[in-house]
Amino acid sequence: MNGVLVPIQNCTVDMIRIKCPYCGERDHSEFTYGGDASIKYPALDAPESEWTKAIFFRENIRGMQKETWHHTNGCRLWLEVERSTITHEIKSVKACHPQIEKITKNKS
Amino acid sequence: MTSVRKEKYGKINRDKVLGFTWDNKEYFGYEGDSLASALLANNIKIVGRSFKYHRPRGVMSCGVEESGALVTIGSGSKADPNVRATTQELYSGLIAKGQNAFPNVNYDFGGINNYLSRFFAAGFYYKTFMGLPPFEWGKGTGIWMIFEKIIRKAAGMGKASREPDPDNYEHANDFCDVLVVGSGPAGIAAAQEVAKKKLDVILIEQDSILGGNNLSEAEFDASLLHNQLESSGIRVMSRTTAFGVYDNNVVGALERVTDHIPNPNSKLPRQRFWTIRAKHIILASGALERHVAFNNNDIPGVMTVNASRHYLNRYGILTGNNIVITTNNDSVYQTALELQEAGSKVTILDSRKNVNLDLPKEIDVHLNTLPFSINGRKKIEGLDVCKATDKNNKNTIICDQVLISGGWSPIVNLVSHRGIKPIWNQENLCFVPGDIKENITVVGSANGIWNKNDCIESGLVGANEAMNTLGFHKKEISFPSVGGWLNPIDTLFEVKSNKFPSKSFVDFQHDVTAEDVRLAHREGFISVEHLKRYTTLGMANDQGKMGNIIGLSLMAEQLDKTIPEVGTTVFRPPYTPVPIGALTGRNVGKHFRPLRVTPMHQWNIDHGAKMIEVGLYQRPWYYPKKNETLSDSYIRETTIVRKTVGICDVTSLGKIAIQGPDATELVNRIYTNPFAKLPIGKARYGIMLRDDGMVMDDGTSWRLGENEYFMTTSTAAAAKVMSWLEELLQTRWTDLKVNLTSVSEQWAGAAIAGPKSRDVLSECVLDSNEISNQNLPFMGVLQTKLKDGTPCRVVRISFSGELAYEMYIESDYAHGMMDILWESAKKYDGCLYGLEALGALRVEKGHVTAAELDGRVTIDDAGLGKMASTKKSYIGSAMRKRGVLNADDREMLVGFFPINEKETFNAGTIVCEKNNIQGQGIGRITSVTHSPELGHWIGIGYVNGGLDSWKDVTLVGADPVRNKQMEIKVVSPHMIDPEGKRMYA
Repeated sequence: MNGVLVPIQNCTVDMIRIKCPYCGERDHSEFTYGGDASIKYPALDAPESEWTKAIFFRENIRGMQKETWHHTNGCRLWLEVERSTITHEIKSVKACHPQIEKITKNKS
Repeated sequence: MTSVRKEKYGKINRDKVLGFTWDNKEYFGYEGDSLASALLANNIKIVGRSFKYHRPRGVMSCGVEESGALVTIGSGSKADPNVRATTQELYSGLIAKGQNAFPNVNYDFGGINNYLSRFFAAGFYYKTFMGLPPFEWGKGTGIWMIFEKIIRKAAGMGKASREPDPDNYEHANDFCDVLVVGSGPAGIAAAQEVAKKKLDVILIEQDSILGGNNLSEAEFDASLLHNQLESSGIRVMSRTTAFGVYDNNVVGALERVTDHIPNPNSKLPRQRFWTIRAKHIILASGALERHVAFNNNDIPGVMTVNASRHYLNRYGILTGNNIVITTNNDSVYQTALELQEAGSKVTILDSRKNVNLDLPKEIDVHLNTLPFSINGRKKIEGLDVCKATDKNNKNTIICDQVLISGGWSPIVNLVSHRGIKPIWNQENLCFVPGDIKENITVVGSANGIWNKNDCIESGLVGANEAMNTLGFHKKEISFPSVGGWLNPIDTLFEVKSNKFPSKSFVDFQHDVTAEDVRLAHREGFISVEHLKRYTTLGMANDQGKMGNIIGLSLMAEQLDKTIPEVGTTVFRPPYTPVPIGALTGRNVGKHFRPLRVTPMHQWNIDHGAKMIEVGLYQRPWYYPKKNETLSDSYIRETTIVRKTVGICDVTSLGKIAIQGPDATELVNRIYTNPFAKLPIGKARYGIMLRDDGMVMDDGTSWRLGENEYFMTTSTAAAAKVMSWLEELLQTRWTDLKVNLTSVSEQWAGAAIAGPKSRDVLSECVLDSNEISNQNLPFMGVLQTKLKDGTPCRVVRISFSGELAYEMYIESDYAHGMMDILWESAKKYDGCLYGLEALGALRVEKGHVTAAELDGRVTIDDAGLGKMASTKKSYIGSAMRKRGVLNADDREMLVGFFPINEKETFNAGTIVCEKNNIQGQGIGRITSVTHSPELGHWIGIGYVNGGLDSWKDVTLVGADPVRNKQMEIKVVSPHMIDPEGKRMYA
């Protein structure tokens, strides 16, 4: 049968809080982690070697890392978050989309 | 030991008598008693049996570090094992039982282990039951599995109830400027100082009353403290344990809401799980008194010195008549005086040669003297003592209680949670918190400060540090220094015995002796982490609060190193046990996860559907007629769909509205097949890949207008696809002008499938001509109206392989749509069909779903390679061509038939060659069904190299989980109507 497992999002201790530029400061359980925000994805018609590099050769950063988070249970913006992988300190948050970033920046 | 309640002592309320039950007998205590104090007041000496040796144990402390009085509270589904009697408040009607004993803790058959203890040294189980000595007979035969069950029963603590937890728990959040953990002298000083400045302060105390170690003082009045603190603006949370400190100044705390109430309001949670965010945390968590390892240091009647003082001044209990206090430090002398005054005969053994104190004249003080061995079995009969300088010269002191102080260990656990390593202070023989870079301050004895006035001072300084970090003011601060005793503490962790096996316990809870630590060393387990795991030192529910430092010192001695060189084990949350129920909170039963129902949920049930949970959705599983089983029902439904017509709720598919001038561009970039030229009014089946070239999901997109598409996704991947498209538009293709809206909830959908589906549908819409083959060809889309005038969308699309349609309508009108469709279908002898029949129909056709598209397959593997365009670039187009993904022996989608048509198989069956049934085989069966049309079971799945490699070869389906094997053959996955004549009909 098509038994489909659903991830359980009942996080017991929410430690990280992200200041969403649209919604304000929220617990990380409202967000979904995306990945490394510094990756520049190649053009769709770029050769396999470029795609391989972008997808499989990733840095494992110790310290401040730019990463994407999706405000899944909120405004659904994709955010670029600067977070320390050691302390979870969050240095900056902004919308990934440049035009949305402009609007939300003015808002806050 | 004879413990008695003393008049005029204690902070209990003698006006309120509470009856309770211990091991099926009734006793009385007073309001303000703990279970342990009430047991002591009734002179009950043996309250537990030890983990391995089943040795009798009494109350050994008066707090969370308790290692002896572990009991089971309550009965039936409410039974709560391993409760520390010392922290359990007494209430009227409390039922407590001893545990790990048969028939009871007084007379325990398991006590035989004590006499066999030479065989039960560290690592005994690992060494023995993996195979039987002398030749490890039976090794590798699973013999451990047999013995494990017996051992688990014999060794251990209390038994958890097997019934569901009847209690409620809840989660709560709070915020404050300053959080103070602990209400001892330092904590109260800190909280009051901060509150003076009108800052928001929370004070957390694990005990039921405030005061911390103040409560051990006769003159301390705790009754007004709570109100005093609250009226100065402090938010006081008593009966609450801060069990962990996490990133970003988050404190996890457990509040025991009703554990002290006889018949609590059932609407109240039993416990509350708090997540508290503080701008600054002040830890005033105190220190714990250690014991000393010497022979028989666990006989009932052994207790820490400070515990005895607590029992006297808080609970009004004198714990012994004839007390010997053994110490290596100054902290015991006040207690000794008070015990003497209360009527006991007190003797002090101090290991130090000289003590510069005004020694009380009325107390017998023996300097340079060590405890050597306790005499007695179930109670203390005497103590063998020796000179520290001459261990052979022993004499015996007759006594009924031995109080031990081996020094004090600051509670550095909470700081340790932050990854801050404690630092060894040789002068005071204890670990103190290391350098903290976060907004956390440790004050009082948690910082190794012994003197009460210094503790208060450090609390005030800590408060100022907190206000510095909050930017409230900028003050120079300087903490009182660590220590504070007049005479230095003596290095005394163990008094070695010449007996073997000696019973010098290091960790009482897990029966780890000094000998076990040395054995671990001899056998090479010298790293602290190995020592811990090999001997289980510090792994009981006290997590080494008492024994860790002694264990460390013994290992250091063996290695001829210092304690800091040997290291310390890292403390991890929780500080004290947290019930799983509290972690789960309200997320149990139906609240475990959200439940999704389709808009025609009630309609389905009213029409006889048996429902099944798929992901979060409740979907119709099958619609049984009288007495039909699942199997009868889905076979009938499948047969009717192939013969006439069936109707099925397909609302759970994900639906996304895609709008904007670049909608076509987006759709064309994400699907493997061309969408750029899809005409308005047509739909197309499409496959999406991930960046790495593997299949992400399949679905359809319908072009409704120049700039508008309606996308359906599989049920399983609906949320994932939506997030993925949003990610692409917001992070990569920010120039595309497209808007996405999830409309999964807005549209209800039904499939109408079978040769008569066109006839049925024609009757249901306003203009039946619209449904003609010409007007609505295969993959055609129609926006039209039901015969009652409700607007709806129809697409001619087939999952079953029959002539079939899907109809979508605004969710509010779902019941009406189903009524109209069903009324018409009945005329053609149609049926309602559920998920089981839907699955059977698609397996017969070799159509894939999430079971096949499991994230490990390429579009070629799934047999859909023809849908991968070679003329355009799309997500995954570069990566799907990488070498390994094009190997000839990759798995490919195939169908499976049993050789013997009467045989069945299950999804998950491993496909193997006949003479090589092992490992992962050469393939796997992912979906199975009985095929009414073929008359036997069929399956689809994957086999390496695909159909071409295995055509006409008899293979074996191995199902080790169900202990089943059957002969199977590989066939084309398109088992019925491979040319698709029916769907184009």
